[in-house]
Parts: sequence; structure tokens; C-alpha cells
Amino acid sequence: MSENTVLKMRGIDKSFPGVHALQNVDFTLNKGEIHALMGENGAGKSTLIKVLTGVYSKDEGTIEMEGKGEVQIHSPQDAQKNGISTVYQEITLCPNLTVAENMFIGRGEEKITNWKKMNAAAEVLLKELDIPARANQQLSNCSIAVQQMVAIARAVDMDCKVLILDEPTSSLDEQEVEKLFGLMRDLKARGVGIIFVTHFLDQVYEVCDKITVLRDGQLVGEYEIKDLPRVQLVAKMLGKDMDDLSDIKGEQESYKGQDAEQVVFEAKDLQSDAGIKPFDFYIKKGEVNGFTGLLGSGRSECVRAIFGADRVLGGKVKIHGKEVKITKPVDAMKNGIAYLPEDRKVDGIIGDLSVRDNIILALQVLTGFFKPFSKAKANAFADEYIKKLNIKTASADTPIKSLSGGNQQKVILARWLLMHPEYLILDEPTRGIDVGTKVDIQKLVLELASQGMSVTFISSETDEMLRTCSRLVVMRDRKVVGELSGEDLTQNKIMSTIAGGE
Amino acid sequence: MKENKKESIFSKMNDTTLLLTITIVIFFLMYIGAVVFQGGGFTKPQMFFNILNANAALIITAVGMSIVMISGGIDISVGGVVALVSMSCAVYLDYKGGSIFGSILLALGIGVAYGLVQGFLVAYLDIQPFIVSLAGMFFARGMTTIVNTAPFNVADEEFNALKLTRINVPFMGSVNKKGVYVPAYVEIGVIVALIIVVLLFVVLRWTKLGRSFYAVGGNKQSALMMGINVRRTKFLSHLICSTLAGIGGYVYFLHVGSGSASHAMGMEMNAIASSIIGGTMLTGGVGNIIGTLFGVLSLSTIQNIVASAGLDQAWWTGITIAAMLCIFLLIQSVVMAQKKKALKS
Amino acid sequence: MTDIKKKSEGSFLRKLTSNQLFIPLAALILLAVINLINDPGFFKITLGTNNAGFPVFSGYLITILDYGSELGILAIGMTLVTAASGGQDISVGATIAIAGSAMLRVLCGGDSRPETIQAPIIVAFLVACIVGMLCGAFNGMLVAIFKIQPMIATLILFTAGRSIAAWINNNELPIVPDPKFSYFGSFIPGIPIPTTVFIVAICIVVIALVLKFTNLGLYTQAVGINESSSRLNGINPTFIKFLAFVILGLCVAVAALIKVSRLSTINYSVIAKDIEMDAILAVALGGNALSGGKFNMWASILGAYVIQFLTTTLYKFNVQSDALAAYKAVVVIILVVFSAPTVREYMGQLFKKLSPARKEAA
Repeated sequence: MSENTVLKMRGIDKSFPGVHALQNVDFTLNKGEIHALMGENGAGKSTLIKVLTGVYSKDEGTIEMEGKGEVQIHSPQDAQKNGISTVYQEITLCPNLTVAENMFIGRGEEKITNWKKMNAAAEVLLKELDIPARANQQLSNCSIAVQQMVAIARAVDMDCKVLILDEPTSSLDEQEVEKLFGLMRDLKARGVGIIFVTHFLDQVYEVCDKITVLRDGQLVGEYEIKDLPRVQLVAKMLGKDMDDLSDIKGEQESYKGQDAEQVVFEAKDLQSDAGIKPFDFYIKKGEVNGFTGLLGSGRSECVRAIFGADRVLGGKVKIHGKEVKITKPVDAMKNGIAYLPEDRKVDGIIGDLSVRDNIILALQVLTGFFKPFSKAKANAFADEYIKKLNIKTASADTPIKSLSGGNQQKVILARWLLMHPEYLILDEPTRGIDVGTKVDIQKLVLELASQGMSVTFISSETDEMLRTCSRLVVMRDRKVVGELSGEDLTQNKIMSTIAGGE
Repeated sequence: MKENKKESIFSKMNDTTLLLTITIVIFFLMYIGAVVFQGGGFTKPQMFFNILNANAALIITAVGMSIVMISGGIDISVGGVVALVSMSCAVYLDYKGGSIFGSILLALGIGVAYGLVQGFLVAYLDIQPFIVSLAGMFFARGMTTIVNTAPFNVADEEFNALKLTRINVPFMGSVNKKGVYVPAYVEIGVIVALIIVVLLFVVLRWTKLGRSFYAVGGNKQSALMMGINVRRTKFLSHLICSTLAGIGGYVYFLHVGSGSASHAMGMEMNAIASSIIGGTMLTGGVGNIIGTLFGVLSLSTIQNIVASAGLDQAWWTGITIAAMLCIFLLIQSVVMAQKKKALKS
Repeated sequence: MTDIKKKSEGSFLRKLTSNQLFIPLAALILLAVINLINDPGFFKITLGTNNAGFPVFSGYLITILDYGSELGILAIGMTLVTAASGGQDISVGATIAIAGSAMLRVLCGGDSRPETIQAPIIVAFLVACIVGMLCGAFNGMLVAIFKIQPMIATLILFTAGRSIAAWINNNELPIVPDPKFSYFGSFIPGIPIPTTVFIVAICIVVIALVLKFTNLGLYTQAVGINESSSRLNGINPTFIKFLAFVILGLCVAVAALIKVSRLSTINYSVIAKDIEMDAILAVALGGNALSGGKFNMWASILGAYVIQFLTTTLYKFNVQSDALAAYKAVVVIILVVFSAPTVREYMGQLFKKLSPARKEAA
């Protein structure tokens, strides 16, 4: 072990029933280094992290830590004791405890809680990291972003040698991400080794020093950041050269039907209880448009209002020029609107049900309570879309929860496509899924539009939006602040509209 | 960011304090109401202490129940354990010639044994606590009749002396009809119950174990990730609860002085109801021992009000307790929903 | 069957043990074997005559089928409630008392010793159904609309139910004078099979048809697994949960008919005592997760009869009725321990470790 190395994993092997998740993987982390761990979904990143943090126990291989030699990590406690702290994508804190407690519980050996001391220490830490929360505030009274910051504060405050950040940025807005990066650089200067897992390539190139790429549970290689341009990184992750990321908009014809200019959906002064200002919106047949804006700007709330997912408080809605009432999701579905929600796990999948039941669900509901599909029909539907969308599953009977994130997303997409909607809303369909599937989904969107479907597309990645949408509604502070199309559709123009103030 | 958001009183308080406040306020309103409208007995301090005397065992078991509920579990075997302890101790004292000390050990032993088994099954074998304690309840009720079928009063003199021991409450008392000052008194069980309440209040508030109960009840997965030994915590919550059921059983036994298979029927439900009225949430992570104490007091005060209002038919007690439980559940539900709403906008 | 044969013995075993019907079936077979060893006569069914001189079948198996009926019917509703709400209804015993009491009130018209029945049986039964469904609706409302945990919500009726039942008949114990009313809980003259068997059969057929010709199963499971997703797919989770409790209320009314008919009267504090526990156990024994989601109706119903089988077996071994609970508890714990995923996994590993050793030895 060279003297600069803080963590050395060698020959890590891990199998689950039916899956060889990690095969002989090596990973090395140096002091004062930010190391990106990259790979598609199902490449084995999460498994490797979970082996390192003691959530899973490895089948084979060794883990060495600086100054300790080989260590055995069988539980998250073991990992903490060895100086490994982790911040997960999902907030792993207790909502019912105070901010200070969430920072300090489970650490140290004291049997008695000294509230005064703990709160004081927490206040110092909160101030230091510029987190807008009070130490004695209950965590569930804080916003999600603040909660995530508290999780990070907890991790960095521990005397950690290795800090693992597993997609910590997905619920943070840009300023918060910047704050986090500042923090990471700070820790780096103090000699902490940081493992950074993310799907955002920009972020990798902004803060990281090294990249380790995994694919199908195997190590592809470890690279210095300067030696690996983006295109090559993507190529390594996918295992093939990629020119798919180039302009895909040109590949698909736009919709040419004679009703091309007809307005399919129109909303006036629509308002929901999720706190958005009343807004107007329309979409034409075969059009792909999108809502853009920072996280929390109200873009998701807008589409949720359209679908009736939140309680609609007012406004008029017209489908093909005829006024309709949409107060709950089933009304929207009856009017040919489909909605793929932002949070796949909470709002999308029905975990224990099979892939088949997940696919047929929406159409089944639409068909009616008293008209269940026959088994043969359901199977036919499922098989058709498993093939069409190239869903990787053992069978249609497999519970959806055992699929990888990207494939789960495809199943949800299949559910809505099966309904043959006129108007499809996709809210962050590409979040947290691998590059290959992202491109697949973008292509699919354009293909559907060329066949006459209207699509609203929301994504945190502006270039994705630029690649797919012909018109963008820009939002700021829960209000529509602009609309861009044609020549105006450039990165700069979007940024300046979001920022406002001209 | 949301710093400039106006904070309502709801979002400033944490869930536990909020529910506790509601409970205490309602209890005092109810008691004052009873004093004003019913007068009579309610004005005498002894009325209040009689409530304590009659419910010391319930306080102890309800405290244990709260701890299990705060950790996200449930234990419906406590009533059964109380009955089993009463019967076993009665048989031990009268038929086997046992000593008081021995009978106390026996009660503790039954409680601890229950805790060990149920805790192990729930924490280490991941079986649902409801099912485990359901079986535990069956077992305890069945065993009680196997130990002795017929109910009987304990004749042991030493025991009866202990049972009748009264501890005067300083500065409290009333003047009876003959004009003689009668000091208010409590039984030994009340002292035990209050010691336990204070002890566990301290444990829950200031010890690592106590905070772990809240953490595990709040989010099991997170607690695990934060380095808390979730299994051990769950195990200990059941151990404490069952041990308290054992102690509560002895206090109950001391109060009634008999063994019977029908003792403490439905006590588990009263314990759960008291915890809920006291602000403990069955979803876990929220609750307070002081609240539970007030829960028991509220529950028994309403029973007394019903009794003194002349509605002495047996069914009124059941109906009023249920109505009260219903009201408190609705308050909890509405307040929590309001709070969530306030936070959202 | 052919694809099973192709696979190795090990995977056949795994497939067998992973089937939801495995645990109740295995328990049933075990109980049957114990009885066979103890007394082969246990399985004898004889055709005799009853007090009224009509031919009736008798024997332990008939007893099990007869007395397991209420449990079997309740298991249907309890399975749906468990699946949809992720909790259990602990008030069924108390609501049986309410529905039964209401039925008696209608039949006897408030008189404790009427000469004749004051209303047709069918009317009384319909009233009981409405009362049962109202109780279910009350529970359902608390659970579905006010989002109170089912066990706690149903605690209210559990506490108040028997009191309400007593209140309905002013704490009197009316006796139904019409012998026809007792047919539901015993035998119809001339038919040697207990009437309850037919009632259960009707219930099972109805629920089977409902599950086949509606999406109740799919909706219930979807709501139980992920409420938020279900809503965004156009399902109304509030209604589905509410519906589950109302269906259970209907099951309660049918069970109350049988219970009251058996005695032609009621005992408020004893009728259907602890039956909620047995009904929940039936659902658990059927391998259904008590936390909701996927369910298997037939496994639950089978589970109900396994519990009745156990009860009857214990009586056969001269266990006192009061002590019955203790033995049941032991059996229940053994069953749940062996069906616990953690234990199964551990056993699987043990099995794996043992089998190569066996090979080496050979």
C-alpha cells in the first residue's frame, strides 16, 4: 500500500440470486482526491458502495485502509468506525428528530446526551456550512435540500478519511450544488478521500480528479480526469463508441399531418394547491415542448396540475377546444393525457407487482373496474412492450422492484404508451438512469411526436431539453416567466431567462 | 430558499411537544369541567389520588407500551402478562408458601422472560410485533388458566399488610362529614409507577438508548445507516415493555389482592389508548412518557365522570372510552395534516 | 408440470416451499398425521340422526368444516383489508356482536321472549348486513379518509362494540322463537350436511367471481403496495380502502347470522370472542404479508380451516377451552418462525452447506 493511499479494495466479488453484481473489482482511493465512480445503472456502482459501507457483505476480496491494514466491514457501524462516512441519494436521516440529533446520533460512545453541548456544536457546524436551519428544529420541518445538507454536515463532521457521496446532488439546486462543491474542495484540502457518484457529467468534470469506470459488474479502468474527454467517458461506460449524443433532433421528421397546427390541450389560469401561480399553457398536435427552470421553480407542479395529480384550485382546461373538467388523474387519463411522474419510486412503480401488471395498470384502470383483461391479453400487451422498448427483465412475471432503474422507467413508459395517449407528459424521465437509456428515451420522444403524439418533456439537463423540445416554457419562483422557441432555443438564452432581470 | 417563510406555531414545535401540549390542556379542561359541573367528589384531592391508586398498574404498562410504540412496534400481550403474573404470584404465595420477595422476583422473571422471547422474535427474526405479541397474549391467557382455573383471594397476611399500606400525601387532604381532617393517601403501587415514569422519562430524553428508540421509530433504515444497532434497540424496547408489564402485573396484584384468569381483560387496549391519547403515534418516533401519564389520567377521569353522572350501565364505559379515543385520533390526524399543509405552502 | 420435472430436485423443493399455499397445506398435513397417529377414528364420518330425527353427518371433519365457517368467511374480508390498508381490523368480534344484536332486535322486536318472530328472517339479515357495512364504513372512513392506522382505528369499535351491542337490546338476551332461524347454524331438515358449509361455499363462489370479473384484486394490491402510484394511475385509493372495510363488514354480517343462529340468542361479552385474532392469524398463516400488498385469497381461507383444525385437534386432546389459547400460541409461534424470511434464508444456507458435505461423504 503506497503511503498516499487511503483505501484499497481488491478483487471484490458479490453475487445475488441470478445476478453476478461485482466481478473481481479493484478500487483505489488516494488522500485528498475526489474520485468519480461512473457506470450505467446496473454497472455495480451501488453494490460496490454498499459493500464498502457494510450494507452488503462481500463474497470475495479484501478491503485495506490506511494505517489499519485489512479491515472487515460487516455493518454501517463498522464502516463508521473505520472512518468511512456516506451521504446517500435518499436522505437517510430520521425526520422526527432534531437537526442536531440527526448530526450526532449513533456516533461516539457516550451513553448520555448532553443537549446543550450537542446543540452548540450543531449550531457551529450549521453556521460553518451556511445551512439555513436551527439545531433544535425538527428535521421534517426543513426543506428537502436542507435535509440533504444536514446529512452532508453529519458526514463531514465525523472524523472521516473516506467520504462517499452517492448522488447527493439530485435534490439540490445549482447554488446548493456549488456550496457542496466548495465543501468538497475544502475537505480535499484537508486530505479526505472522496468518492463521488453522480449521473451529471458536468459535475464530474467540475470537481473530480480521477474517474473509475465500471460496466456490467466489471472494472473498465481508472483514469486521470484530464486523460479522459467526455465522449470517451461515455464510450467507456457504454462499452461502445457513441455518436448518439450528437443531434438526434434531425433524425426524426416532425409531424406532417394536416391537423398539425391543431391545439390538443389548452389551459387558462390553471392553479393547484401545490403553490404555483396561475398559468396558461397549450400544446399542439405532434409538438414536443417542455417546462424548464431551476429545481423548485414549479415546473413539476405545473404538469401535475395539468394531470390533476395535485388538487386543482381553479382555471379552465380545453381538450381539442372543448372545455373539460380535470380534477383527478383518472379524468386526465380519460381525456387521453398520460403522465410519467418525477419520482419513479414513490409515484411510479408498484414494487411488488409484476412487470406485466405494472404495464397494463393504466389501460386497465381506463378500461374499467368490471372489465379485467384476460391473462392472455395482459401477457400479449406486456410482451409487446417488453420487446418494443427493449426492457431487460427475466420475464413478465418478475416483480418490477428487482429491475434496474432504467428498466423500471421503461416499464412505466410502456404503461403510458399502452394507453395510446394523445398527450404524454414526461417529468424527468431520464433522472437517475444510464446514458444509454437516456438516449433511447429521447429518441423515442421524437419518434412518438413524429407520429402525432404531443409530448411535454421536463429535464434537469438543459441540453436534453434542447435536443428534444421545439418550445420551452421557462419558470422562476413558481411563475411562468417566458417562452422560448426557434432561434431563441440556446443554452445562453435559457439561462438568462431563468435568471431574469435581462 | 424558504428562510423568509413565516413560521407558524405548529412548525416551530416538534411533533412530540405539540401532541403532548394538546393532551395536557384537554386533561385539565376535562378535570376542571368535572369539578365545575359535577362538583362533589371531584373537588376532593382523594378523588384524584384514587384515580392514581386504581390505575398505577395501567400507568406502568402504558409507559412500556409507549416505548415499544415509539420504536415503531406494538405489544398487545401486556394485559395477558399482568393476569399471568397476578395468578402466578397468588398461587405462589398461598399454595406454595412463598415469600413476598420471592413473588416479586417471580413477577419480574415472567416479565423478563416474555421480553426476551418476544424481543428476540421481533428484532432478530423480523416477525411482525403484532403477531408475536398476539401469540404472547394467547399464551399468557391460556397459561393463567393452566396455573389455576378458579379465581381466589390471597390470604397471606404479610401480603395483605403490604396491600393495605397507605402513604399519606403531604398538604393534601379534606375534612370529612364529621369535621375530621383526613389526609389523602396513595398506595405503594403509585410510588412505584411514579418512579418508573420519572426514570423512563430521563432514559428517553437523555440517554443514547432513549434517543435510539426515537430514531428507530422515525426511520428504521436511516437509523441503521447512521450507525444505530436497530435490532438491539428493538429488542430492548420489547424487553423493557414486557418487564414493565411484569412489574405492572405485581402492582395490579397488590391492588386487587387476588388471582383470576379474567384480570386485566383488555388492559392492552387501555394501555394503547392511553399512549395514543398521550400523544404517542403508532407510526413510531413520536411520543412522550409524561403524555402517557396524562393519557391514563384522562382515560380514567372520563370513566369516573361517566360513573358519577349516573350512567352506571356497564356499556357506557366502553362507549365513552371509545368515543374519547376516536376524538383524540381525529385531533391527531387533523393536527398533523394541518401541520403538513402549513409546511408545504 | 413438465417444466418442473426438468429442473433439479432442489429447485423443485424451492418452488414448492415458495408457493403461498405451502405453509397452510403443510400445517394441515401435519395436523392430519398427528390425528391419524393418535386416533385413526378422527377421520371417520358417520351418518346418524339428530335430535329432531333427521339424518346428519357427524365426525370431527364435519365439525371442523362447520365451526370453521365463520372464520373462513371473515378471512375473505380480512385478507382484502390487510392487502389494501396494510393493517388489520381488530373489531370484527365486536361488530359481529353489534350485527347479531341488531338482527335479534329486528327478529324479536325489542321483546326478550316473543311468541313469534316479529319480522321475516331475510329482513333481519338485511338489517344486519347494513349494520355490519356501517361498522365497516366507520372503520373505513377513519382509515381511508383520516389516515389513522387500521389497528388503532378499529380499536374504537373493538372497545365500544360489545357495549353498543348490549345497548341495542337494552342488555337483554332475546331468544328467537322460530326454529327455522336455527337452520343457518345447524342443519336444514333432510340435508345431512351443515348449512354453514353451503353458506361458506356461496361466499367463496361470490368472491371468486368478483375477483375474476372485476379488478378488485389488482386495485387492492396496487393500493396496498404503493398508494401514491395507484392514485396517479387513476385508482382512487381512498375508495378502495373504504371498500375493503365495507366488504369485511358484509362478511361480519354473514358470520353474525351463523353465530346467532347457532344459539338462537346472543351473549354480548362472549359471542365471537377473540375471533379477530383467529381471522388475522388465518391471513398470516396463508402467507400473506400483514403489511399489505400482494395477497392470496385461497391461502387465507385455507388458513382459516387450518386454525379450526388445530382448535378441534386440541379439544380432542382434552385441552380445556380456557387453556386452548396457550397451545394455539405455541403452534402459531412455531409457524411464523418457520415462515419468517430471515429463518427461511438461514435454513436455505444451512441446507446449501449440508448438501456439498453430503456429496463429499458419498
